[in-house]
Amino acid sequence: MSDRDRVVHATATPQQRIEAIQAALDARGLNASAAVEQLDDLAQEQWVPQNGARVIARAWVDPAFRERLLADGRSAIAELGIAMPAHHRHLVVLENTPNLQNVICCTLCSCTAFTVIGLPPDWYKDFEYRSRVVRESRTVLREMGLDLPPDVSIRVWDTTADTRYMVLPMQPPHTIGWPEDKLAEIVTRDAMIGVARL
Amino acid sequence: MDGIHDMGGRQGFGPVRYTLNAQAFHTTWEVRANSLYGFALRRGIFNMDEYRYAIERMDPRHYLTASYYERSLTALATLLVEKGVVTSADLDERAGGHVPLSAPGVAGRSNAPVREPFRAGDSVRVRADYVPGHVRMPAYIRGKTGVVVSESPAYPFPDAHAHGVEALDEPTYDVRFRTEDLWPNASESALVHVAVFQSYLQRVA
Repeated sequence: MSDRDRVVHATATPQQRIEAIQAALDARGLNASAAVEQLDDLAQEQWVPQNGARVIARAWVDPAFRERLLADGRSAIAELGIAMPAHHRHLVVLENTPNLQNVICCTLCSCTAFTVIGLPPDWYKDFEYRSRVVRESRTVLREMGLDLPPDVSIRVWDTTADTRYMVLPMQPPHTIGWPEDKLAEIVTRDAMIGVARL
Repeated sequence: MDGIHDMGGRQGFGPVRYTLNAQAFHTTWEVRANSLYGFALRRGIFNMDEYRYAIERMDPRHYLTASYYERSLTALATLLVEKGVVTSADLDERAGGHVPLSAPGVAGRSNAPVREPFRAGDSVRVRADYVPGHVRMPAYIRGKTGVVVSESPAYPFPDAHAHGVEALDEPTYDVRFRTEDLWPNASESALVHVAVFQSYLQRVA
């Protein structure tokens, strides 16, 4: 083939590729366009860290709920109307203590309990976090602003199966006695991932 | 496969680009990429293991330079073509440019012929398997010894499920490893818990 005959296609932009996929699905009668708007809304409005924050606040004020949450996370969050996808068959809740910090990650991709703690932030999906947090967790946490004293040990949880994790942060002492809805407001996504303390 | 996606413990990456209240999405096409993959998953066009494997089969140069949602949409396009829903030429024409796809897959495998039930407290070794297809054993635990902490419900075996191979669902075990055992003299002290499928494990006497 001479150079004159060679057709070189530039790579389409992600936006163009997305539109092409959606149009191709519609052309096959799959009605993707009708369905994805609802999924856009779920991802942006329904799968938010405020779900997990409600769970944590309840666990702080209700010891019996906390026990159920630690025993079987999936059933306990269902009590609050929070669901998980069918393929997330197990939610393990990891309790922090004064001497223990739990941190979650996914070194192979970027799995999370996204319906509970929200879709993962950009840095969680970046190679820096995925490569380093299992091997040098203390340094990584320090770089991210969490400088743990030496007497706090670290457990890192790598989400390699479809079991999902969330961290139960310690309740800040000055918030003891607060109403549940006010407590939920101080719980952050990053504290439920385990890279921040409250 | 020992692919570029298997990031745990790799060295050379710099500080995490951490910001408070970091976003999951940066542009509208990222939201749509996530929804379209979710749509195809819900329609049963592919399963999660096939999706993960399609990402792993991306050209490594592309994988490393693509954003998370570009990896997602590349896997989506690849699987739609492989499943016969669309053709590559149709996608290219509609996009007005090339739509990159992942490399073809290889054969998968079924469960290990001999599998043992484990209990909390059991010492286990991760089999030193080198699997050409999809596998959910991060390389950093291959051949390493840890302790079973708990058991999760049975899940489809990913090494089979990503390839359309028949297999039994099997339990995963939460196995605790010491960083000192994973990277001797080359890591910071911590415990790393990994969810490990039963087929990947053998008992340590």
